[in-house]
Amino acid sequence: MMTRRRRRLAAVSVLVLGVGAAAALALTAFNKNITYFYTPTDLYEQHITSHAVMDLGGLVQKGSIVHGAGMEISFIVTDCTRTIPVRYTGVLPDLFRDGQGVVATGRLNGDGSFVASRILAKHDSSYMPENVAARVKQADAEGRRNCGEFKSMQPTSASVAPLVRAEKHG
Amino acid sequence: MIVELGHFALMLALGVALVQAVAPLIGWFRHDARLMATATSAARAQFVAIVVSYLCLTWAFISKDFSVAYVAQNNYSEMPFIYRLTAVWGAHEGSMLLWVLVLAGWTFAVSVFNRRLPSDMRALVLSVLGFVSIGFLAFVLLTSDPFTRLFPVPADGSGLNPILQDPGMASHPPMLYMGYVGFSVAFAFAIAALITGRLDAAWARWARPWTTAAWVFLTLGITIGSWWSYHVLGWGGWWFWDPVENASFMPWLAGTALIHSLAVTEKRGLLKSWTVLLSILAFSLCLFGTFLVRSGVLVSVHAFASDPSRGLFVLGFIGAVVGVSLALYAWRAPRFKADGELRLWSREGFLLFNNVFLAAACGAVLLGELYPLIVNAVSTSKISVGPPYFNTVFFPLFGPLFVLLGFAGVVAWKRAQLRTIVQRLRIPLLLALVAAAVLPFALVGKTAVTAAAGGLLAVWIITTAVAELWRWVRSRNSAVAGLKSISRATWGMTLAHIGMAVCLIGISFNSAFSIERDARMAPGAVEHLSGYDFSLGEVHAAEGPNYTALIATVYVVKDGERIATLHPQKRTFRPGGQEQTDAGVAKGALRDLYVSLGNDFGNGTWGLRMYVEPLVRFIWYGGLLMFIGGGLAATDPRYRLARAARRVRVAADAAAETA
Repeated sequence: MMTRRRRRLAAVSVLVLGVGAAAALALTAFNKNITYFYTPTDLYEQHITSHAVMDLGGLVQKGSIVHGAGMEISFIVTDCTRTIPVRYTGVLPDLFRDGQGVVATGRLNGDGSFVASRILAKHDSSYMPENVAARVKQADAEGRRNCGEFKSMQPTSASVAPLVRAEKHG
Repeated sequence: MIVELGHFALMLALGVALVQAVAPLIGWFRHDARLMATATSAARAQFVAIVVSYLCLTWAFISKDFSVAYVAQNNYSEMPFIYRLTAVWGAHEGSMLLWVLVLAGWTFAVSVFNRRLPSDMRALVLSVLGFVSIGFLAFVLLTSDPFTRLFPVPADGSGLNPILQDPGMASHPPMLYMGYVGFSVAFAFAIAALITGRLDAAWARWARPWTTAAWVFLTLGITIGSWWSYHVLGWGGWWFWDPVENASFMPWLAGTALIHSLAVTEKRGLLKSWTVLLSILAFSLCLFGTFLVRSGVLVSVHAFASDPSRGLFVLGFIGAVVGVSLALYAWRAPRFKADGELRLWSREGFLLFNNVFLAAACGAVLLGELYPLIVNAVSTSKISVGPPYFNTVFFPLFGPLFVLLGFAGVVAWKRAQLRTIVQRLRIPLLLALVAAAVLPFALVGKTAVTAAAGGLLAVWIITTAVAELWRWVRSRNSAVAGLKSISRATWGMTLAHIGMAVCLIGISFNSAFSIERDARMAPGAVEHLSGYDFSLGEVHAAEGPNYTALIATVYVVKDGERIATLHPQKRTFRPGGQEQTDAGVAKGALRDLYVSLGNDFGNGTWGLRMYVEPLVRFIWYGGLLMFIGGGLAATDPRYRLARAARRVRVAADAAAETA
């Protein structure tokens, strides 16, 4: 017969074990599943060559959209300083167009292009990811703005502006 | 004039909330019954003032008063009447007003249904709710006033975001808020218990129906949200581990744990401090969810525009609520004494494990939610944590929970009997194993590990739940008498557990077997997908009340027979020209056929996205069953206070006699 104290000790150790296992599980899963967000300039400046899945943010350069055979599409993502060509196969989100802010999820290809498995475009034409906005402002301030017009970068106040995703599994 | 009336009513409500919060508290310290009694009338007065305020804003929307900035931003003259009503909570200011209204509604309900609560407990509960209300009313009035006028007055409004012009959106936020805010009642009971030091079976019986009711609405809100995003977002998914979804899911996990720990506290007088702590945590997570959604720190599907002052206010408020309540907890909780010993090998022990798994799952979601926010705040690199993280962490934690669920009915309180458990669980286990092998073939015609595992656990849960009811019925003289003798709470628990199992079948089968295809199609082209032939007919333009639509006709043929004609649309809304996809869905209990219309490639070809979604509806059926089950449990007659009061008196008399 276990004493009261022993039983309590057993209960506590079971709990600690459980919580520990959960924490270990979470942390392992964590390391493998963090996605970094870069703009083209970040990729260049930080010499990123990794082939891990990442988010690439920027504007779709005007006139750069080329439809290939079937669902293939290629376009250039710019942050007004650097550019990177992107390829994608699949249905595009409603608001995907010239000059629009996009976030492409995918991997860097060996040839310096980016292969996207998912494209996000904001449902609000004035949307821009924060880092991209910072880059564009910086380029603006240095008088190097080369990616043409886009709508105001001010967030519209108090509006719900959902992202629309195009996603391709596998 | 009406708009100013609404504004004034809201300020009045803040004044009344101050009275409701402070007067009963002073009354409690001074043992002044009259001062404590002010809580009830103040709660009701506050409710009336906020209803008036809300109706005034609604009137501004109905009458298209574009001189009000909030109306001008979210209304449009051509918008259908029903969406002018729901547009009231379509953006930040109005949805916060809805939040306050819901809080006042819950408070009103407490003041009505808990008239027989001991007067000190009632006064303190209403006082705590008053403090919460002060915080949110001040938030609305100081940072998010929906009644601000606009000059010059625009000729027309800029329209509601088209994604919100959908029946799902009409019910999603109110239900979610009912759930979020409902946990404030559980929180208020917890704080009242800390202040009075009274935490017994009676307390748990008072707190239980309120907690279950909040959970019921949160469950329904999440279910509707999932169903809504499936229809409106056009990419066929039902859950994305999106930060805003997680913000509503964390309180659900904590709330589910709370419901179960409350059961232990009521029946066995154990886990008292843990129950109080969970009540505080669940409500804090609701506040945290509000902060996440409302402050704009999240870039997500919902990504509400940011305003730092709002974020700071809510953050400060969370800090105050959590800080004060945890300090109170640290000070007072040690005086709660358990009424006995907790043995792990008993129902309370198993419920403790249930709580461990739920709390761990909640913690894992919280970690995935917070980590990117912290990294993004303190370093220059931006990161996000995606679905793979949540899936890897979540399912190993929920698997054991589903196994435990099968023991819900057979493990006795105090001390479990191994022999009875084995005896009663033999047949369910056998059935579950058979189901794992057979069910995927029976429902979808093929099998996969995920589906077999899901089927195994789901059938395990369902058969054990039904077997318990069956055993109970058989122990009575007749089936009718047996069925009648089952309490409403037991029906509720059984239904909710079965709902969880149905949901699990939907989730596991859908993730195993859903198939999608993107294709560029010209009229007449055919795509083969999992035995179905999708062919594009024509694409034509049509006019809606405040949009123009491109409508495609897609035929679905199976075995040479046309089984569905779908009409996916792409709508362009006035004003602003925002586009919105409206998927064409052929609904079926066993499978959905889902098509959304993509981009126009020119020369008559279109991008189409097609899905075959097996058993996706089971997920929402399961949510509905949980909703109904929770509703039954919350309204069990034994929670009615008139009866409870009598019972307590009888017990007290009996105790007095034996003493």
